[in-house]
This record gives sequence, structure tokens and C-alpha cells, in this order.
Amino acid sequence: MIVVADQTAPVSGAAPRPAAVLVFGCLFLLLIAVGIISMTVGAAGISLSRLFAVFGVGAGDPATLARDEVVLWSIRFPRILMAGLVGALLATAGTTMQGLFRNPLADPALVGVSSGAALAAAITIVVGDKFVVGHVLSIPFEILPVAAFFGALITTMLLYRIATRHNRTSIAIFLLGGIAIAALTNAGIGLLVFLSDDRQLRDITFWLLGSLGGATWSKVGTIAPFLIAGLIAMVAIARGLDLLSLGESEAFHSGIPVERLKRVSIVLIAAATGAAVSVSGVIGFVGIVVPHLLRLIIGPGHRQLLPASMLLGAALMMAADSVARIIAAPAEVPIGIITAVIGAPFFLYLLLRQRSLVAL
Amino acid sequence: MTAVLTANDVTVRAGAATLLDSVSLSVAAGETVALVGPNGAGKSTLLKVLSGELRPDRGEVQIKDRAVECYHPRDLAAQRAVLAQSISLTFPFTVEEIVQMGAGDRKGAAVGREVETALRAVDLSAYRHRIMTTLSGGEQQRAHFARILVQLAFGQAEHGPGLLLLDEPTASLDLRHQLDLLNLARAWAAKGTAVIAVLHDLNLATLFADRIVMLDRGRIVASGPAAETITDAWLERVFKVATAVGRVPASGVPFVLPHSIGGGERL
Repeated sequence: MIVVADQTAPVSGAAPRPAAVLVFGCLFLLLIAVGIISMTVGAAGISLSRLFAVFGVGAGDPATLARDEVVLWSIRFPRILMAGLVGALLATAGTTMQGLFRNPLADPALVGVSSGAALAAAITIVVGDKFVVGHVLSIPFEILPVAAFFGALITTMLLYRIATRHNRTSIAIFLLGGIAIAALTNAGIGLLVFLSDDRQLRDITFWLLGSLGGATWSKVGTIAPFLIAGLIAMVAIARGLDLLSLGESEAFHSGIPVERLKRVSIVLIAAATGAAVSVSGVIGFVGIVVPHLLRLIIGPGHRQLLPASMLLGAALMMAADSVARIIAAPAEVPIGIITAVIGAPFFLYLLLRQRSLVAL
Repeated sequence: MTAVLTANDVTVRAGAATLLDSVSLSVAAGETVALVGPNGAGKSTLLKVLSGELRPDRGEVQIKDRAVECYHPRDLAAQRAVLAQSISLTFPFTVEEIVQMGAGDRKGAAVGREVETALRAVDLSAYRHRIMTTLSGGEQQRAHFARILVQLAFGQAEHGPGLLLLDEPTASLDLRHQLDLLNLARAWAAKGTAVIAVLHDLNLATLFADRIVMLDRGRIVASGPAAETITDAWLERVFKVATAVGRVPASGVPFVLPHSIGGGERL
């Protein structure tokens, strides 16, 4: 039986989504373009021709070439790579968090998960310094991502407990609970600042502002495995997150082991956030802006949304870091300020649009 | 006929209240069952237990002679599909993307074919690229039914006919689509699927079901063909209303007409 009214009704917004290949191709090109631009800008400007000379394309002036090589290989490349990694990790954490909490307003920095990670890292610096290493050595950097991971894990699990009752996650309680958690963790960081000595204070202050200034190859190497682990976890959870957006019951009815899905998602959020925070401090709003923009283009399906978030997150963070390096050159603006200036109005816009969702 | 589903002595408590009290039920392949009863009788709770979503405090539910909790969720989904009463969606999925979710992680041309068939069955082919949240409640319900049909189709292809559970499937639908949906469910029953539907509309229940199971305060009080269960006496006892049950002249199917909406008729 054909219902005539249904057939003739105007079918608005009925265009199919663009092909995934096209979208991912564009995102790759964007990432490469942003990467090249950020190699040329900074305290020492390096023109494109000099950049290519460093890669052995075309001849360069030997005097500047040697200097450019040092600048690029020891400072700029690790920094750009780290910006890309941090952006990819934060966007992954944000996208996963939004899927898990069925809430387009979720972001690890916004709801205290990033500051939970920062608190754990700060505790490790102060306590590790006082009791384990003493005042002779600095604690090895490689411990910080692990500590930050556990900090992020505890806060994410706490948040989940607070926001989810009887299989339903309240968006308002999620955001308010996040504010409470952020307040607590920030109080913890404040206490550590109060207790720490000058050298520890320098290290901790770094988390409060958020910066990519301390980028080194070893830090890049330490957090790169988290990105690979994230990619693997994505494959395991993408379809489950799609079905979870229909509700926990529906996901279970459709064959998703919901408890396992939630556990893997929480660990992924914590690992991605912890790794990013351990090298760059608390940088907000990347996790909220990236998935939202991508949903408009490729739709909300997580099989595409998650990897696309990695690419766009990396590109956005590299761009934001370039801006941070040149806007007040030779001084550097903390990158957290740049992302907040872009992200906070964006968040407000989303909040106003989704007012009905947030209603208590 | 073999029983696809058996529930044995199922009891569910919530605090001091007993939501289901020693409910036993067996549904054969190809059988259509309507669960009816007043609000709070335990219909939705029973459906939750049958679907494996809620573990009873006592008793056991088996699908094809295997306890539901012994199935991996994925294997269970291949044996039984559930259409929930109302589903809220956070993200802007299109109708087609929602229906595809019924295919699970299966890939290939078969998925496209089943999605196409299901969309046509629920009369939503022209809406495939629409964002779900721009559709009316009834249209969204039909899209979810199409998703369930895809899940059923793959389950049946791989494991033979299974079980279809419908919770108030017609609540948001117009009359035409109410009948279409129940007709589709009956068509699946004709292919061997056991179908259990919670229905508030007793007239739809009599049209749809081989057997009416009447629940009251957590117990099954009557179970049998509509001719035996949809009677003035039973409806008075269970729903506390005075009715005049008549018969459709051609088919003899009973239909229900309350005497009045006045308080004077309340028993």
C-alpha cells in the first residue's frame, strides 16, 4: 500500500552524504598543507624554498641551510608532530566522550577529565620529587603520561557514575558534575602549587596554561603509542557507539555487549586525554569543535567520525599552535588561550541550539 | 510446533513491589501473541525479561532451549529482535543509516538489499536520506521498525526463524500504519517467527494475535484465543470497565466497545 501523501511530500535535506574517500582525501590534504605552513612560521621565519632545501629539494644558501636544519629538526618538527598528536588525541577523546555520554556538549577539558589528568601528573611531580627521587634528579618524563592516564580514568569513571542513572545519562547532570569535578581537581592543583618549591612550581605551572613549548622527540615518541592504541580501540567501539546513540537497551538488543563497550570507551577517553595532557597541559575545546564540524559533513557514524576527528584535530591543533607562535612573536601565546577563544563561543552557540537537550 | 521461547516461573521484584509473579509462558514458532492488561500490569517488564535485558529474581527464560543469559549479545540479536516503545536519538543519523544498523557488522550487497526491502515495507523509501530527527514520531517509529526487520532478516537467514518482541509498536502510528505494521509482523510469523506484542488497543490485539495473554498485577490471568479472552467478563475483571464486546459479522472476530466514559460505569 502506497500512501500518496508520503510520496509527494517535500523531502527536504535529502542529499546523500559525500563519499568517505573524498572527505578523508580533503582532510589529509588539509593536514599536509597546515603542516607545511607551520614549518615555515615562527620566531625564525623559514621560507618555502629554504624549507625545501632542507629536504634536499633545490639548492640553499649553505649558511642559512645549516641554521634552518637545526631549527627545523630540533625545535619545529617535534613541536609540529606533537601538536598533531595532541590534537588527534584530544579530538578522539572528545568524540568518544560525546558518543559514550550521548551528549554533543562533552569535552575532556570542560568536564574536569583533563584537570584530573593534570592533577595526577602534578602529584607525581611533587610527591615523586619529595619521596622517591629526592632533590637530585628530576623524575623521568615517561611516568607522567601513565600518571595522567590514571587521573583521567578516575575522573571519567566518577563522571560516568554521577551522570548515569538507570541506564539514562542526563546531559545537565553530566555538565554540572563535570564542573564539580573540575573544581575539585583544580583545588588539588592549587594545593600542590602552594606546597611546591620553585622548581616544581615551574613544572606545574606548565599544566595550568597549556603549551606545546616543551616539545621534544622523546615526548613525541612517548605519546605516539597512545595514538596507535587509540586507532585500534576505535575499530572495536565505533559501531557500538552508533547503536549506543539509540540508547543502552537498543544497543543491547542489537547485539552490542554494552558493558564492555563502555569500559573500552572510558579507557580510550582516559588514555587519549592523559597522553595529551602529559605533554601539553590542559587545552580545551578541541574535543568539542572537531566532532561537531565533522558531523555536519560526514554525519554522526563513528566508523568515519572517529578517524576523521583524528585528522581534523591534528590539523586544527597545528594551526592553533602556528597562530600561538606568530601572533605575538617573538613571544608565544599559550595555546590554551587560542583554543578557548575559538572554542568557547562555539560551545555557547551549541548550548543555545541544544537548549532543549540540556533542560533539567 | 516447537517452542521458540519459554519463560518458567519468572518473578521480578523492585523493592517491596512484585512486578512479575511466577509468570510462565511458552510461545511456538509462527505464533502471534498479544500481551494486554492495564497500566502497571507488568507487560513491559515481562518483555524486558523475555528479551534478556532484565534478569528475573527467580525463574528462567529460554530462547530455542538455551537460557537467554548464556547467549553473547551478538548471538542473541541474531535470534530475537526488539522494537522499543520510544527511542530518543542524540545525533543526526539519516533514516538509511538507522536502518543499516539492523545489519550489525555485516557488509556487502546483501545489506543494501535488505535495507531497501525494509524501507519499502515501512513505506519510507523516499525518506532514506532524511535526518531522523526531522521526521514525525510515527515516521521515526517506522524507521526503527525497518531497522528491526533488517535484524530479523539476517537472523533468519543465518539461524532460521527467531523471535520478535514489540513494545507498544502502534502507539505513535496512524491507523493505516498501525495495520501495516501488525500485518508485517504477521507476515514474519507466517515464515516461522514467534511474535509477542504489547498492545493497549484491544481491537488491534484481537485482529493481530493468535493468542491473547492478559496480565494483571504481575500475573497472567487469562491466556487463549481472542474469542475466549476478550469477553465482557474478563475485561470487567481485569480492566475494571464495563464493555460491550461484539463480533465482526463476516469474521466473527470480537471487538470491544466501552459502555461509556462516565465514572458511573466504573466498577
